[in-house]
Amino acid sequence: MSISMPALLSQLLLGLVNGSFYAILSLGLAVIFGLLNVINFAHGALFMFGAVLTWMAMNYFEVNYWVMLVMAPLIVGVFGVLIERLLLRWIYKLDHLYGLLLTLGLTLLIEGVLRSIYGVSGLAYDTPEPLNSATNLGFMVLPNYRAWVVVASLVVCFATWFLIEKTRIGAYLRAGTENPRLVEAFGVNVPLMITLTYGFGVALAAFAGVLAAPVIQISPLMGQNLIIVVFAVVVIGGMGSILGAILTGLGLGVIEGFTKVFYPEASSTVVFVIMVIVLLIRPAGLFGKEK
Amino acid sequence: MNNNRLAIPLYLLLLIALVAAPFAGAYPVFVMKLLCFALFACAFNLLLGFTGLLSFGHAAFLGGSAYVAGHAMKIWGLTPELGLLLGTATGALLGWLFGVLAIRRQGIYFAMITLALAQMVFFIALQAKFTGGEDGLQAVPRGKLFGVVDLGNDLTMYYVTLAIVVAAFLLIMRTIHSPFGQVLKGIKENEPRALSLGYDVSRFKLLAFVISAALSGLAGSLKTLVLGFATLTDVHWSSSGSVILMTLLGGLGTLSGPIVGAAIVVALENKIGELGHLLARITTVDWFNTLGESVTMVTGLIFVICVLAFRRGVMGEVIAFVDRRRTRRG
Repeated sequence: MSISMPALLSQLLLGLVNGSFYAILSLGLAVIFGLLNVINFAHGALFMFGAVLTWMAMNYFEVNYWVMLVMAPLIVGVFGVLIERLLLRWIYKLDHLYGLLLTLGLTLLIEGVLRSIYGVSGLAYDTPEPLNSATNLGFMVLPNYRAWVVVASLVVCFATWFLIEKTRIGAYLRAGTENPRLVEAFGVNVPLMITLTYGFGVALAAFAGVLAAPVIQISPLMGQNLIIVVFAVVVIGGMGSILGAILTGLGLGVIEGFTKVFYPEASSTVVFVIMVIVLLIRPAGLFGKEK
Repeated sequence: MNNNRLAIPLYLLLLIALVAAPFAGAYPVFVMKLLCFALFACAFNLLLGFTGLLSFGHAAFLGGSAYVAGHAMKIWGLTPELGLLLGTATGALLGWLFGVLAIRRQGIYFAMITLALAQMVFFIALQAKFTGGEDGLQAVPRGKLFGVVDLGNDLTMYYVTLAIVVAAFLLIMRTIHSPFGQVLKGIKENEPRALSLGYDVSRFKLLAFVISAALSGLAGSLKTLVLGFATLTDVHWSSSGSVILMTLLGGLGTLSGPIVGAAIVVALENKIGELGHLLARITTVDWFNTLGESVTMVTGLIFVICVLAFRRGVMGEVIAFVDRRRTRRG
């Protein structure tokens, strides 16, 4: 079996691109779950919503990509705040499963609405201006946009890590995850914090959606397969650690990329196979703590 | 179980209605499809409603068994009863595999693991040769039951289906009321307590999971036998979502709820287009005409409403209503 070096490297890069999306999405899921105790099934749909919003803005209002890279997460974040205030708020005292079911319903609703407008076929989307070329590095040709996705995702991931682990706001957040009632007794507005956390988490998903739009075909269904893989990533990594989520996401993306080179038939299942292995060897997940 | 005095006559009434349905002008194939989904939902409820485990992977048992049973009857030429048995066994085997892995984690992880495993089965079904990929298995023959009874006739097939579904329902009922079922309920109410009483909680959960998966497998293979095909739709995660909706809408943890829920959801999926046209004519809003293409939107909306305001489901509300009246009178 002979595999050319450039092909290997380009799959590695594509793996890193996918891994970046896994990292951002699983990070958002973990932050939301930590404070809200809700597994946000709608994460994939809101990722898709970010991408579709960008497409809409470009096609109907000729707004450019860079504006949308900021605007789409903001709009989806506000949408998330509304979801939390109007819907999620009512179910915190119930069993975990209702959170999953409610957000599943939201997913079907969002996807259904966009499907009735755009159908299921992909929408065309151009790579933004300064990044649509490629750089020849000598040993491989590097598509600039893919490199940008990886860099931008990493910056956002580590900024989030810094925000949560190293700042005062982050300290409140972590304390709220541990013991919300005690934090509230210290005069912190915990309900507001919960609302903003959900908004922030889904804004991250929308950011990934805008990044993904030129790489993955945009369609109302683009989020639903991704979210299931991200669930597997979360099971593998465990939701205990932010850095763990980032590393697991990137690592699994790369493994998936290599599988595409060496054994393409398994590329869509490899993450699930790894999940099975991890469950057998370390049931709590790589970075997880058993509660 | 004080509801028995009311419940038994109602079940009998339902049974009589089902026996008479083909003569009252109901389309047998539609009712059979409905029965298969009712069985599927009841099997699912055994797990969610009576054991408190949310499986998000039941599509794999329905769809996986549908393929195996279809393949056995079409390519190997097995008789229908063997096909159904093989399908049920497939469900049980898959259920055992899923269960062993998923029970290692608690709560919300359980749902995510079963969902991920089912997605794996979906991709295998998409790529494997024997499932026919995107086309699915077409033209599965109904054959002759025990080599004697010709199932080609819709009416014969109808009564065989009805008999199987009723038998399976009785089995579920028996399971729930057995000591085993009481332990499951105990686990659902308070798992640490059940553990401290000396019950091997993991083994009970696993057994419940396998039973539920096996019966889902029976529903899937029966569906293939009735309709003559098995497709990717059955293994897709949306099937897992719709069985959750059926159970939730009908009433979690009630015996009859899933039947009602399955009837509503299947009827909705089949008739939503007509409903849309009707609404369009009444309200003169043109948009309703496109409702037929937006089934997901409507199911999503029902999900949200159920979770927020209607958690007892249809039968849960009915039972609560009957109970309230009884306490007021007595």
